Amino acid sequence: MIHKKTKIYIGCMLALVSVFSFYNFTIYTNSDAQYETPLSDKALHGQELWQRNNCFSCHQLYGLGGYLGPDLTNVFSAENKGPEYIKAFLNSGIKTMPKFHFSEAEKEAIVTFLKEVDASGYYPNYNATIQSDGWVDIEYKDAK
Amino acid sequence: MRPSNRTDGLISSIKMRNKISLLYLATALLALLLGMIFGILSGLQYVMPEFIKAILPFNSLRPFHVTSVIAWIILCAVGGIYYYLSNSEAPRLYSDRLSKIHYFLFLGIGLTIYYSYYTGNFGGKEYLEFPPYLILPILFGWLLFGINYYKTMVGKVRNWPVYYWMWGTGILFMIYHLSEAYLWLHPDIKNNFIKSLAIQWKAGGSFVGSWNMLVYGTAIYLMAKIKGDDSIGRKRRSFFFYFLGLTNLMFGWAHHIYIVPTAPWVRYVAYGISMTEWIILFYMIYEWRKSLPEETKIKNWLPYKLLVMADVWVFLNLILALLFSIPAINFFTHGTHITVAHSMGTTIGINTTILLASVLFIVNQIQPDFNLSSVKKGFRIFNVSLLLFWLSLLVAGVKRSHWMYFTKGIPFSEMQSQSHWIYIAFLLFGTGIFIGLLFITLPVLKTLLTTYNLKGINENENQ
Repeated sequence: MIHKKTKIYIGCMLALVSVFSFYNFTIYTNSDAQYETPLSDKALHGQELWQRNNCFSCHQLYGLGGYLGPDLTNVFSAENKGPEYIKAFLNSGIKTMPKFHFSEAEKEAIVTFLKEVDASGYYPNYNATIQSDGWVDIEYKDAK
Repeated sequence: MRPSNRTDGLISSIKMRNKISLLYLATALLALLLGMIFGILSGLQYVMPEFIKAILPFNSLRPFHVTSVIAWIILCAVGGIYYYLSNSEAPRLYSDRLSKIHYFLFLGIGLTIYYSYYTGNFGGKEYLEFPPYLILPILFGWLLFGINYYKTMVGKVRNWPVYYWMWGTGILFMIYHLSEAYLWLHPDIKNNFIKSLAIQWKAGGSFVGSWNMLVYGTAIYLMAKIKGDDSIGRKRRSFFFYFLGLTNLMFGWAHHIYIVPTAPWVRYVAYGISMTEWIILFYMIYEWRKSLPEETKIKNWLPYKLLVMADVWVFLNLILALLFSIPAINFFTHGTHITVAHSMGTTIGINTTILLASVLFIVNQIQPDFNLSSVKKGFRIFNVSLLLFWLSLLVAGVKRSHWMYFTKGIPFSEMQSQSHWIYIAFLLFGTGIFIGLLFITLPVLKTLLTTYNLKGINENENQ
């Protein structure tokens, strides 16, 4: 015999889980994100190298990751930076950065990954508009 | 349940079923100390970039630190739950053997993860930096825990107090969100950078929410037991706050990605949900403190003080969390050390403080004459150092935000050089936290291990 209060709590739980299931399904399958261009094969290889070398421990993308190094979301298109700048850093072992031994093809893959990340949006989002109610309208690169 | 045959003050009266819970707690304390050592080594690399870089570069040190600290939180919460289920009241653990398999499985996984970090073999995702295949045995361990928990509780205990609900849902959501964190292996998500990033942070946020269910459940359990009154866990208000917290766990993750160009409605939902779970715990501890008789506070002095300290940290983090849940403020704080201050405030200030209260409560049961002098000294050093550490992170965050939004053309390396003195402050105060924790944990560890090694403790194999 289930306690009366327990039945109410189980009902609340089922209601929450139902909404949660619908919400998750939408998040996993939705196609209304503002940037949907799939990563190219070369960029996917770059992403794999990024993860395998745990680049997130020092660097950020969209402000997510470690703080020892700079955010690299827009390093590809930033003034005075770009592909050669990125490549020069990769095997330099400068300061706390480990001395990696990437081949030329691997460097190209990482640069392509960062190029495609760069194309997905801005961070920091300097042209965002702060509304009086606390909301922030961010600027999209490839707005639908 | 037969009392121990030891009469020298140690475990003089405790019924000790399921000794393995003590091993969980001891291993958790070791993980905490290791996590602190890795944290200090990371701090040294901030100040001296070449320091042991050839042996342990920062991309290894950081996951060593993060994984050790997460292991501390999880093992201590799980060990506490095994202990409370086995040794406290009505239910007896369904299977001691399963809890042992669970322990040795997690121990083996932990050692494998350490080895993979040392050899530079990473999965490369925040919080879960180990190779992806290791998630399978981890999930299996949680499944064993879930089977043991629900087999122990369902049908045996009627009208569960809120902390049993919290533990039960914490386990289930942990399994769900750990699985969700690996959706990036699916090609459709892996190929879509923004969706993959959003799901990664959804899973990460809810993963933290899941362990918070275990830890906050422990806090409420302790409050009920210290006061000797279970009504705190059965009030309608407690359940209202529990469901509010659960809603937050399910939907409140996205303040992490206000700035990511994902679907706008995801960002709106996140803003709406905000961070309600803090209010819950702050309110409950505050109410409990008010109603606690003076003699009870004296009897359980240290667990009481630790819970009060957790409340102070909830309050400080509540202010911080509520502020950066507002997108206009989040815009400037995101990607800075202010976010780290929040994580440190929660994992050290709230979670660690509650879990230390739990361990000391248990130690107090197994050794009523446990000498508190070293622990009290450590408690003071820990709190002062943590407050200074937290403040220095806020200063570093403000400095970084200023550099990002209000300066033009200053290179990152120059900003880092200007922040050198703040990183020295991190290192000093972080070392202070470590020293404080040493004073607290070493005598506790000794008691736990001595008790574990004692013969004559009644340990039932309840298969």
